[in-house]
Amino acid sequence: MISDYIPILVVFILAAGFAFAILALSHILGPRVKNSVKLSPYESGVDLVGKTRVRISIRYFLIALLFIIFDIEIVFLFPWAVVFKDFLSFGWTIFIEMAVFLFILGFGFLYVWKKGALEWE
Amino acid sequence: MDLIDFIIICIKVVLVFAATMLAVMGMIYAERRISAFIQNRLGPNRVGPKGLFQPLADGLKFLMKEDIIPTAVNKPLYLLAPAMLLIPALMTFAVIPFGSSLTLFGRQISLQVANINIGVLYILALTSVGVYGIVLAGWSSNSKYPLLGGLRSSAQLISYELSMGLAIVAIVLMTGSLRLNDIVSSQQGHLFSWYVFKQPLAFLIFLIAVYAETNRLPFDLAEAEQELVGGYHTEYSSMKFAMFFMAEYANMITAAAFTVTLFFGGWDIPFVDEAAMGNWGALLSGIAFILKTAFFLFLYIWVRWTFPRFRYDQLMNLGWKVMLPLALLNIFITGGILTIIS
Repeated sequence: MISDYIPILVVFILAAGFAFAILALSHILGPRVKNSVKLSPYESGVDLVGKTRVRISIRYFLIALLFIIFDIEIVFLFPWAVVFKDFLSFGWTIFIEMAVFLFILGFGFLYVWKKGALEWE
Repeated sequence: MDLIDFIIICIKVVLVFAATMLAVMGMIYAERRISAFIQNRLGPNRVGPKGLFQPLADGLKFLMKEDIIPTAVNKPLYLLAPAMLLIPALMTFAVIPFGSSLTLFGRQISLQVANINIGVLYILALTSVGVYGIVLAGWSSNSKYPLLGGLRSSAQLISYELSMGLAIVAIVLMTGSLRLNDIVSSQQGHLFSWYVFKQPLAFLIFLIAVYAETNRLPFDLAEAEQELVGGYHTEYSSMKFAMFFMAEYANMITAAAFTVTLFFGGWDIPFVDEAAMGNWGALLSGIAFILKTAFFLFLYIWVRWTFPRFRYDQLMNLGWKVMLPLALLNIFITGGILTIIS
């Protein structure tokens, strides 16, 4: 039912209005005394060393990739979990199907583990 | 849906919003007072009776402070990031039922803002949106500490989101519904019908994952003060800085309420039939919900001042090598037991 979602829309308008209102309000109310040292990036008070836009460790990309894979598999688990009890009356099939799915998932997980993708040095 | 229904919705939204903001302020006060007591200090006690108005004074002061926008930042994203974190944090509470239903002027009013059939997914989705706020804040600041804090935090959040989602799948298996109302009503009656007794492993995994998801100690590596100054919000000042903290505390309140709803019967009082007691039942159930949530909020503070911080490799090991396999195993066991007893 789409009318169930009307409250969500109202909450969103209120939350977004509140967030942008206080952003604007603090921008208007606060004093403004600028100088170049104050506006430079914070680095413990010493002169800046090098750029910020440097290469990032490959580990973070690995984690992001693994997350996408596992998250999609969780997405598959949710509809299964919702209908699980209804389908139990037709026998064990639903459980065995998901056991196979979980087994493949577990096997892939073990592979990733053995390959060392989960190690942080 | 007629006009009166719409007005009721608006009133509920505004009341829940006000209650959330009040709870955020109360939580900030409680955090400072309780941490002071744990460390044998006094804590804020000057503004108002027992220092109760301290959060209000802080808020006003944040509003009046200079709004510094460093020259190196990517301005549109830098300004958007705190709002992107705060808006989902304030929206998440909408689906959580906080009491049975009231009857006023012949109308039945359920104590919940939005009773949607994908409540669990709604909460999971909005917590994921919050990650964008943190990544954008860290990246757009164009400064080293925020970048490192944002990176660490996003990797941590997505790692623990997996275990959290899998722990919830076990609950959904037992309920057969993603509607939070159904999850609450399936725990009614006996004390041992609460899911914390039926799914202890899922509860443990969920609780740990929630601490990581809200960036709280012992998982607060995103803002590890000793290493990263302030983490992803180092370059933020005035109200934008406060918005990160409002979002964090709002997330904590929602997370505590979500824990209560999933594992501790929500607003349910064991052995009491709230529906038969009418409006008094609704009132009592609301109080029960607040007390349970308050306990979990207290637990947050207690844990913060009791446990040391993890090292980053330990955090990742715990998330991927311990909690994820355990959560998968828990789903397998739950499915197996449900199949056998059917």
